[in-house]
Amino acid sequence: MTELNLLIVGVGGQGTVLASRILGEYFTAAGLDVKVSEVHGMSQRGGSVITFVRAGRDVASPLIEAGGADVIISFELLEAQRYAGYLKPGGTMIVNTQQIDPMPVVTGAAVYPDNVRETLAGLGIHAVYVDATAEAVEAGSAKAANVALLGAASRFIGGSAEAWEQAVLACVPARFRELNQKAFALGRARA
Amino acid sequence: MSKKELMFGNAAVARGFWEAGCTFASSYPGTPSTEVTEFAAETAEIYAEWAPNEKVALESAFGASLAGARSFAAMKHVGLNVAADPLFTMSYTGVNGGLAVVVADDPGMHSSQNEQDSRHYAMGAKLPMLEPADAAECRAYAMAALELSERFDAPVLFRLTTRVAHSRSPVETGERTEPPRRAYQKDPGKYVMMPANARGRHVAVEARTEALKAFAETTPLNRVVPGDRRIGVVAAGIAYQYAREALGDRAAYLKLGLVNPLPEKKIREFAASVDRLVIVEELDPVIETQIRAMGIPCEGKALFSRIGEYTARAIAAALLGETAETVAVPPVPGRPPVLCPGCPHRGVFYVLSKLKLFVSGDIGCYTLGALPPLGALDTTLCMGASVSGLHGWCKAAGDEAAKRSVAVIGDSTFIHSGITGLINIVYNGSPATVLILDNSITGMTGHQQNPCTGLTLKNAPAPAVDLTALCHAVGVRRVRTVDPFDLAAVETALREETAADEPSVIIVKRPCALLKPVVAQRKPPVTVERDACRRCRACMRIGCPAISFDREKGAVVDTTLCVGCGLCGQMCAFGAIRGGSGTRVI
Repeated sequence: MTELNLLIVGVGGQGTVLASRILGEYFTAAGLDVKVSEVHGMSQRGGSVITFVRAGRDVASPLIEAGGADVIISFELLEAQRYAGYLKPGGTMIVNTQQIDPMPVVTGAAVYPDNVRETLAGLGIHAVYVDATAEAVEAGSAKAANVALLGAASRFIGGSAEAWEQAVLACVPARFRELNQKAFALGRARA
Repeated sequence: MSKKELMFGNAAVARGFWEAGCTFASSYPGTPSTEVTEFAAETAEIYAEWAPNEKVALESAFGASLAGARSFAAMKHVGLNVAADPLFTMSYTGVNGGLAVVVADDPGMHSSQNEQDSRHYAMGAKLPMLEPADAAECRAYAMAALELSERFDAPVLFRLTTRVAHSRSPVETGERTEPPRRAYQKDPGKYVMMPANARGRHVAVEARTEALKAFAETTPLNRVVPGDRRIGVVAAGIAYQYAREALGDRAAYLKLGLVNPLPEKKIREFAASVDRLVIVEELDPVIETQIRAMGIPCEGKALFSRIGEYTARAIAAALLGETAETVAVPPVPGRPPVLCPGCPHRGVFYVLSKLKLFVSGDIGCYTLGALPPLGALDTTLCMGASVSGLHGWCKAAGDEAAKRSVAVIGDSTFIHSGITGLINIVYNGSPATVLILDNSITGMTGHQQNPCTGLTLKNAPAPAVDLTALCHAVGVRRVRTVDPFDLAAVETALREETAADEPSVIIVKRPCALLKPVVAQRKPPVTVERDACRRCRACMRIGCPAISFDREKGAVVDTTLCVGCGLCGQMCAFGAIRGGSGTRVI
């Protein structure tokens, strides 16, 4: 692994920041140079959010551009399509099947696409669909859906289960350790 | 030395100040600068506070510096406009204890109302400015800023941009060293800026700039990074990272850490050593213009935009002619930010929109009231402008129009600079109606305490401003409070207060839906009686992300998002939505 570019996309408030912190911790522990770029402020209010995680020997820019992501983790179905252009040829998308209507859909000004899977398949994209909310509920709380998704993504990023567990434990509060450990393991096992 | 850790840019700035012995911070929150002060507040050694606005913050930091403390004030780019008055004259007085002014620019306007380039302030106020390119430099430059401030007797500007402030990268930290506090010595010629003294100080400022220029030539803050000499890039901050990503060792770099004043000799030497001199800087051609004035041929804005953020790919395309193939993906519906489910602002904007009032808006979460379906705002300019702008509107538009107009402003923003506009309304007599949307927190920047909340940045109890008493005290006789979850009460208050022939204030009071005590008391999600729903879509008009419309089922509530505020139930004339805070129909 000389360089790895990961994109985390979703809806403001879904917990993408924790996922990016765990990834950052994982790559740092692996001895790599890391840059994680988040956007705070207005877009966190239910808007479309994007986080870049880059790891390698010497990472300059914190951003990933179109066609540059090895793995995209999408926390929401429609957002997967919005950011599909960021995927490298041969890359993998981990897609949460949760759907959250954007405001133009809520107001009736737009329609939520009913063919996201077909569109991604038509683009030749390798996508892995995960019901992360269900897995998180199974682990103990729907709030751990972000960590379940990360578990699924870890299969395509590489590395040992132990190294990943260390990274998860380093980033979550002590009282949520068990929940997140379980959610991560479930996500990883089923992907 | 301790181990390398992945650190948030803003946390690394705070870490650097802490390691350099800083003991005082006063700031006003503003994305992307807010966390610098929040991280500083987590340390025991730095006294850190939220001031009512950036001018107060910077003046407080000046006082702390006079008392001998190493200090900083942090703000976003538009905050420096508010603090510009003390800044320009602090350039003349200089400092006692080291003083840094952190200013975070937002190229691309992720969370801002304009895209101004703060480097102009460094030139205008004749102050040194540092600009880091990653978290490790955030720490190192923060330490350097306090040292340079004392060495050159100047407040030091510390420029961040969103992608440096809000990205994490490895930082090697060190221990804190606290230099002895500098003794204060009374020196009116230096610190009392009346004309006779200021004339002398201007001479000192110009001499200081010459000393800083000499320093710029030798400091390791400005360094040459070797590479292919066919292209020589001059860059600082995040633009340097984009250039390095795009060009790697296919270019040589003059990487500037001190971006004002510029090292002319060093630039001249670098220019002579490369075939092509290219200035890569986001926003304005600040460096390019100065290099051209030195008579050195260079390229810059002829190749790159003055608008928005740069990317490595755009730089590679402009300099190497490299283009990348991208896949065309069918577009999907946009997802603009929205007011949260249960947001106390939602009902107010619904009623304002329904009454078709002219709404003078302000800066905060409630700016989102401008978006459909609420679409309630007519204007948003800057902090406090809702109130003062409404005054001018009322005077010029006439009494009838004035009675169909209001200003909306949050509690924190009102204290920041709305109160002065309200005093103007009373003093100069316009029949304006001002709504203070008091959600008991500074919301958009991520929940900061303010003078209305009863807590300080360090969570110590503090006296809370009594907004009703304050409005009465400045001469507003008509002040009333309403609950924004009661749409009928909001409408009545608006109709009565806009009709009044004198200034009035409506305090719309309910805490932010994301505050912990509010979350703890959330009601269960509302439910929809299928048979009672007539598919009229009235509940869609409040723009709540937790309720949507299905042609077959009618109104559908997302139980994972709904917090049971009951606003949608108040919209329903058929009683189809049950539960929540009220079922009144308006």
